[in-house]
Amino acid sequence: MLLISCPWCGPRDEVEFRCGGEAHIVRPKDPDALLDSEWADYLFMRTNPKGVHRERWVHAQGCHRWFNVLRHTVTHQILAVYRIGEAPPEVEHHR
Amino acid sequence: MKRYSIFALLSHAISGHQRWPRLWRDPDPKPRYKVVIVGAGGHGLATAYYLAREHGITDVAVLEKGWLGGGNTGRNTTIIRSNYLTDDSAALYEHSLKLWEGLTAELNFNLMLSQRGVLNLAHTLHDVREGVRRVNANRLNGIDAEWLDTAQVKAFCPILNVDPGARYPVLGATLQRRGGVARHDAVAWGFARAADARGVDIIQNCEVTAIRREGGRVVGVDTTRGFIGAGKVAIVAAGHNSVLAAMAGVRLPIESHPLQALVSEPVKPILDCVVMSNTVHVYVSQSDKGELVLGAGIDGFNSYGQRGSFHVIEGQMAALVELFPIFSRMRMMRSWGGIVDVCPDASPIIGKLPVEGLYLNGGWGTGGFKATPGSGWVFAYTIARGEPHPLNAAFGLERFTSGGLIDEHGAAAVAH
Repeated sequence: MLLISCPWCGPRDEVEFRCGGEAHIVRPKDPDALLDSEWADYLFMRTNPKGVHRERWVHAQGCHRWFNVLRHTVTHQILAVYRIGEAPPEVEHHR
Repeated sequence: MKRYSIFALLSHAISGHQRWPRLWRDPDPKPRYKVVIVGAGGHGLATAYYLAREHGITDVAVLEKGWLGGGNTGRNTTIIRSNYLTDDSAALYEHSLKLWEGLTAELNFNLMLSQRGVLNLAHTLHDVREGVRRVNANRLNGIDAEWLDTAQVKAFCPILNVDPGARYPVLGATLQRRGGVARHDAVAWGFARAADARGVDIIQNCEVTAIRREGGRVVGVDTTRGFIGAGKVAIVAAGHNSVLAAMAGVRLPIESHPLQALVSEPVKPILDCVVMSNTVHVYVSQSDKGELVLGAGIDGFNSYGQRGSFHVIEGQMAALVELFPIFSRMRMMRSWGGIVDVCPDASPIIGKLPVEGLYLNGGWGTGGFKATPGSGWVFAYTIARGEPHPLNAAFGLERFTSGGLIDEHGAAAVAH
């Protein structure tokens, strides 16, 4: 069970949130100009790291706002929480 | 391979069962193999077995970072069925079910296959329509399927709560009588023993740390037990497929999630079929030891940690008690998690990767156990011939570029 710090509401139980998957996937500006493989990469391919994952969460049963989280996918430790549009902060982590 | 029989049993009884041979050897890795399979779970071992049996390729190593069958093969809820909606899936899973039906005799190893029937409950009008449609689709594909109304469901599974006043009343169910359960560990052990007997090297405690390429083609793998050369490398690593593919610079449409399961204290026989419900979301059967075996859906976040959050278990327990009030005071013994590799279309990827000599069998998500023999069978064909069998031709990685998805999400008789 995760304890997630919503940037607006503070620390809340995981059940109030939904995970929105990998963060920082930017929709291509001109999809018509892409190769099928580039469009597939945007739509379907994922980093799926064993380690620090940059992911989006939404406070679905709270303020209903989206934000980004750095979380380790083995320990589940949340290393940072930052707002949409911000660059991921540098973090140190221990396995 | 020393065959198991009543005579072997009697002769070993005389020696107090102290002299049974090991099921498989424990060889050191050779410098090079024709085919190296990464992952000694059910799918990897089945692949090795069918490579040897169907294609005569025995210069094969199966590498396993932990112990044989210690991943999802030993962590699933052992349900077997083939009642999938789409033609591609139905053909693949039905092929697998047919292999299951002859496998205990073929492997000379008791897989304890019990075709006790699988119910998929319908609780809403939409569930009913989906169920009836799936029954018809299954029948058109030659797969046994029946639609049961509420009274028939109650007759088939008398302890099920079909009270119309329930929040999600049981309006009917699909039934596949040939579906059921099998002993999950035995599948890995049976394939391992049979593959080993045909000359396949099964190498445990041997983790792949890199995939070596030269001139765009695979030449071998670096492992914790040194470099092992390979003509072809086949990745069958379940939750870790993305990690392995990344070693060869390949991105996959896969995300790894925890899938939790749990078992109750053992009780006397009470549930003689498999019951699955998408809408309240739990699936349950009773093991031969008497434990209820329970599962449901994945945790929403990515993980390689082989554990999940408690509220997911809480949700499936609430569903269990809703469906079976008789179980409300049962105690749960233990829970665990496995890491499943989930594809966007809830269907596996079985085929070549865009590196010469590199193959992948993965993305089975939450439903790979039932496919173990069929998966190994088509993958062995694909590796041996360098091209897919018609049964897995639609399951290539290229479908994510072409747009030809299998589209089993919400249609596979299980919620994803």
